[in-house]
Amino acid sequence: MPAVLSARRFAAAGLLALTMTVAAPLAPMPLTAPPAYAAEKGVFFPESFSLSNGMQVVVIPNHRVPVVTHMVWYKVGAADEERGQSGIAHFLEHLMFKGTDVIKPGEFSRIIAKNGGRDNAFTSYDYTAYYQNVARDRLEMVMRMEADRMANLKLTDAVVYPERDVIIEERRQRIENEPADRIGEQINATMFVHHPYGTPVIGWPQEMSTLTREMAEHFYKTWYAPNNAILVVSGDVTVEELKPLAERYYGAIPARPVPERKRVTEPPLNSSRQVVLRDEEVRQPSVRRIWTAPSYRVDPDHQAYALQVLAEIMSGGTTSRLYRSLVVDQKLATSAWLGYGPTAWDMATLSVGASPAAGVTMEKLESALWAEIDKLMKSGVTEDEVATARKRMLAAAAYARDSLTGPAQTLGAALATGQSIDDVESWPVRIDAVTADQVNAAARAVLSQTNHVTGLLLPPTGKDS
Amino acid sequence: MSVRHISMRSGIAAFFLAVVAVTLPAHAMDIKRVVSPGGIEAWLVEDHKVPVIALEWAFEGAGGTDPKGKEGLANLTSTMLDEGAGPYDSQAFQARLQDNAIALGFDAGRDGFSGSMRTLTEHRDEALELTRLSLTEPHFAPDSLERMRASITASLKRDLADPNYVARRQFYSTAFPNHPYGDEIRGTLESLPTITPDDLRRFVKGQFGRDRLVVAATGDISPEELGKALDTVFGGLPAKADVPPIPDVTMSGLGQTILLPRPTAQTVMLMGQPGVKRDDPDWYAATVMNYVLGGGGFGSRLMEEVREKRGLSYGVYSYLIPMDHAALVMASGSTVNAKAGQALDIMRQEWARMAKDGLTDQEMADAKTYLTGSFPLQLGSTQAIARILLQVKRDNLGIDYLNQRDRYINAVTQADIKRVAQRLLDPAKLLTVLVGKPDGVSPTRTIEGGS
Repeated sequence: MPAVLSARRFAAAGLLALTMTVAAPLAPMPLTAPPAYAAEKGVFFPESFSLSNGMQVVVIPNHRVPVVTHMVWYKVGAADEERGQSGIAHFLEHLMFKGTDVIKPGEFSRIIAKNGGRDNAFTSYDYTAYYQNVARDRLEMVMRMEADRMANLKLTDAVVYPERDVIIEERRQRIENEPADRIGEQINATMFVHHPYGTPVIGWPQEMSTLTREMAEHFYKTWYAPNNAILVVSGDVTVEELKPLAERYYGAIPARPVPERKRVTEPPLNSSRQVVLRDEEVRQPSVRRIWTAPSYRVDPDHQAYALQVLAEIMSGGTTSRLYRSLVVDQKLATSAWLGYGPTAWDMATLSVGASPAAGVTMEKLESALWAEIDKLMKSGVTEDEVATARKRMLAAAAYARDSLTGPAQTLGAALATGQSIDDVESWPVRIDAVTADQVNAAARAVLSQTNHVTGLLLPPTGKDS
Repeated sequence: MSVRHISMRSGIAAFFLAVVAVTLPAHAMDIKRVVSPGGIEAWLVEDHKVPVIALEWAFEGAGGTDPKGKEGLANLTSTMLDEGAGPYDSQAFQARLQDNAIALGFDAGRDGFSGSMRTLTEHRDEALELTRLSLTEPHFAPDSLERMRASITASLKRDLADPNYVARRQFYSTAFPNHPYGDEIRGTLESLPTITPDDLRRFVKGQFGRDRLVVAATGDISPEELGKALDTVFGGLPAKADVPPIPDVTMSGLGQTILLPRPTAQTVMLMGQPGVKRDDPDWYAATVMNYVLGGGGFGSRLMEEVREKRGLSYGVYSYLIPMDHAALVMASGSTVNAKAGQALDIMRQEWARMAKDGLTDQEMADAKTYLTGSFPLQLGSTQAIARILLQVKRDNLGIDYLNQRDRYINAVTQADIKRVAQRLLDPAKLLTVLVGKPDGVSPTRTIEGGS
């Protein structure tokens, strides 16, 4: 039966590894175990230039169908909010559809639609992005409109405050209706005690209801400048065609000073923590544990690529270690996984989780899961496992260009979190260079941290099956 | 595996069902009809720009009716076909798929059992062979079966915490009692344990017949190569399937408002009444009407009234659900419990307003330019194109359909809209399901305790 309402989430599982994955300082080339075949640099083959006001432009030509994806990424997100104004980055994202001198409130998406296009926007900790998918002959129109709201947003109380009710409903729908979403938020908030990654992107409810038009305008004026934005266009367009349009519409907006992104860091944390949510709606319990981990950008020991290979070995499909051990062999779990996504401005996280088979206690499941992690830390992975994982990851990456929006999303997220195009394009080479020693060193470095957070989603006491 | 929370402005996902209801410029695609040496037909969009091949197929009607007491058989089968086949056990089969980045998947639906395969050109032969094995020589090993059964059981339990799922289940079981459309396709906690490997074998043998097969392909493959591939993959299947017929049905429960109390922050609202089938002469008029009513996301009447003007919801949508033996026009949304009555009233008022007044000329024009202009946006990947081809073929719309679609939409008149709106939309007849703790509604029936 058809799904009735599944709100889209941008970084959903199931995207290519590349989408979660993109780039850091080059890992040293291994001296041992040369790859069986040489991976080549190049994933999306983008072209790039900058406007005189500092706005970066990236073009990913793809002439299969006469359509384009046009995206503007601002290098600002929820983690850049002032304390006490949680949710303002996402609130502003909504308000960007509320009009300028030339576009009336609510007209933006309507104009796109009547031109056969689709548009939307999304907010993360580290970026906020706006996009339109349109026929190639409508590209100039959407560039004019997007540039207009970069410089000329006009807000009134009459449109701002009903929209605040909308984001509060969005929070209820996304987070509060389901126990699995609620515990996710609690785990995150427990993991990060000081850094803004512990505050939900959508905001805390008691602060969301106090957000004002003035706060949104202040955030807009502070961060939404062309020199803090990246234009990414993918599809049936060339650099020669795009350049004059980008200069005309975005190049006309003057650069202005934008604050440096200054994020507080986490204090030393030396205790493990546990979050337990018992709820009568829970019939299928689960456990998850999360550790902080290097991101592409903050990766002093060059471990991000090795951790991606680790995730493939531990969690890449039904032949992976965790699935094979816990689901196939021991029959203790119905699912088991390890997740890692290094695209972040500050630190990333690595998480491990499982859900028990019928009749299996959480204690039993947990001890088997932690035993797998212990085994990994003690014995490590083999060179064969690493070779297989590398091969699979590189094979899957060959699909990267078979998409209109995927390349634009990956490149935009990478550039907004401090990576370069060269980093993204070097991904296959860097994955191909990962050795078992590197995977084992990275796994031990992350998993030996004892200040992890464990989350347990359980039925009410007495109803555990 | 997302670890960063990313939040979006809207979810227009509900629109996806009407996907094939939407357009393509004639020049964009050249669809070839390919018939294999063995007589198997497929449609092909040949495209050598990317070294990717996508194959999509369906067995029409297969799996529509599970045997009594074995509910969930078709779906369980769909999870088992890649769990070992031919010379490969489950782990070996999966490793071959993963090593070569071949995606192979199956899906059980009430109107048919479908499959899809995507491969890089360099692994084509391996991909075709694995696909053939999965359809003709699956193992159905008891060990794998237990694992898949456990996984489905867990997913059924997990879904009981999702108010959208609870609402959907109640809606369909009320709308189609004693009909396969009313049953949970994954079966029940009672039926799943009774299914045996022999049941799966009987299912595959009886229902995967070439007379039911519909195939589409896209990408880096020539008509000659595809012809050979069709015989390789499907040539070994029986010529005729033995699929029990599903009767046509009209929905029940009209006019009821069913409340399922749940401790959720919002009330989830789901409502519907009989709609139009895909071959209904009023399909295009209904498509245009639905776009304006609530199918178009921002700018649609439901979104405008409920979200934009009043901030009552993050999203409210309407959609057409055409099935082979029934059809629905539906709407859904969620709102804070205290304002559920108000939101529901507005949605019903919009239902009535559309039935009474139809569209303005401007709404009609905007709907047409969107529905015709946005179609190529869906052609972003090899697999997406193959899926659309398959749907057009399954719906018997003709190989020229994509060239004609704009014309069908543009031909819709205000008289057509009035006729179809009056025929379909009657708020008094809506079956409404509410999950949550709504204020301001008077249910005709309250079901305590959960489903």
